[in-house]
Amino acid sequence: MNESLSHIFLDAFLINNFVLCVFLGMCSFIGLSGKFSTAWRMGLSVMFVITASGILSYYMNQLLIAVHAEYLRIITYIVIIAATVQLTEMFIKKTSPALFRELGVYLPLITTNCAVLYVPLMLTARNYNLVQSTVFSISGSGGYCAAICLLSLVRERIDLSDVTSLAKGTALTLVLAAILSMAFMGFAGMGGGA
Amino acid sequence: MSEPISCHTPTAPPTTDNPFLNGLWKQNPVFVQVLGMCPTLAITNSVRNAIAMGLATTFVLVFSNTLISAVRKLIPNQVRIASYIAIIATSVTIVDYLVKAISIPVYKALGPFIPLIVANCIILERAEAYAAKKPVVKSMLDGFGMGFGFAFALTCLGTVREVLGAGTWLGFPVFGPHFEPWVLFVLPPGGFIALAIWLLTFSSWRSWRMKRKLAEENSQLVRVSEVA
Repeated sequence: MNESLSHIFLDAFLINNFVLCVFLGMCSFIGLSGKFSTAWRMGLSVMFVITASGILSYYMNQLLIAVHAEYLRIITYIVIIAATVQLTEMFIKKTSPALFRELGVYLPLITTNCAVLYVPLMLTARNYNLVQSTVFSISGSGGYCAAICLLSLVRERIDLSDVTSLAKGTALTLVLAAILSMAFMGFAGMGGGA
Repeated sequence: MSEPISCHTPTAPPTTDNPFLNGLWKQNPVFVQVLGMCPTLAITNSVRNAIAMGLATTFVLVFSNTLISAVRKLIPNQVRIASYIAIIATSVTIVDYLVKAISIPVYKALGPFIPLIVANCIILERAEAYAAKKPVVKSMLDGFGMGFGFAFALTCLGTVREVLGAGTWLGFPVFGPHFEPWVLFVLPPGGFIALAIWLLTFSSWRSWRMKRKLAEENSQLVRVSEVA
């Protein structure tokens, strides 16, 4: 409950990076990291959805506790996420049709991204207050965005080099992710033994 | 929400008539379709966790496939994804309480990944691609096949990671007391590496079989031309 905001930020962004250390959102991490241009757009839209649904689910959790219906948590959270994704889709369609066309296919996929559901579950488990929840949502999703952008940049370079046809595709991407993950393990000391 | 929700579009492998064997091997969710990567990588640092996760996912798959198949004609097309998610979330809630009641250590080891079964793409993919069109018994068998296929893949991965990373299998020591564990394999990077090795093994096996088939066909062609 008394965790400092800077610690929450470092923990979610680097030390326990959503993708490379906790293995969340693997499908989009592997599937959409082929090109940098799609990767950063996906990262930003996931950031928006996670932050919005994180704050919304904080209030919904308070409501569920008030009416003693904690067993409805999972259903409530997934409905909030689906609604947020739908709202984001409508909002982008209205304000910027050009961006909507570029993101088009990827937007509905955010619903099945487990990083989005992980945030409200963690907020509940760790009993964060509103400010802590917001910081956790933004830094965690920022970590996702950073990881997918990093991998896409590496993959763009790999595309230029000669790789045996057997290793091309998912297996090679996984090895690259392993190397990135090893690099992120180096951040584990930053939390002061946390 | 009317878009098909699956993480990527896998190339459709040949399907068999038996939905159980189909899920277990021919269309294995992890090794062939590359779906449900998050629990595959996160929960396989020991064989015990891998089996528990596989069984929990199997339960959810069977429950949701059966129920969705039973009510498939009642659900209007526009709200089908939302209805599927509600059914899946219900069964995940049941599993969440079930695992908690059966074993607290396993519940703690799996942590947030039990509620995260809701977001596992295998389950929604099976609901959309199979249970929404097929009769109840077949859908149930498909749920069992896919679930056991998933559990099998998790156990494969868990075996590599636990044997190399801790020197044990299901808690029993394998290499004797002088073994120095290769800790990297129980840490996150080991998950990526182990899965990459398994995928490479399977794809090289498949390409070897393809080559052999081609060679056989070629030799038959040569024989036919010799006769002519």
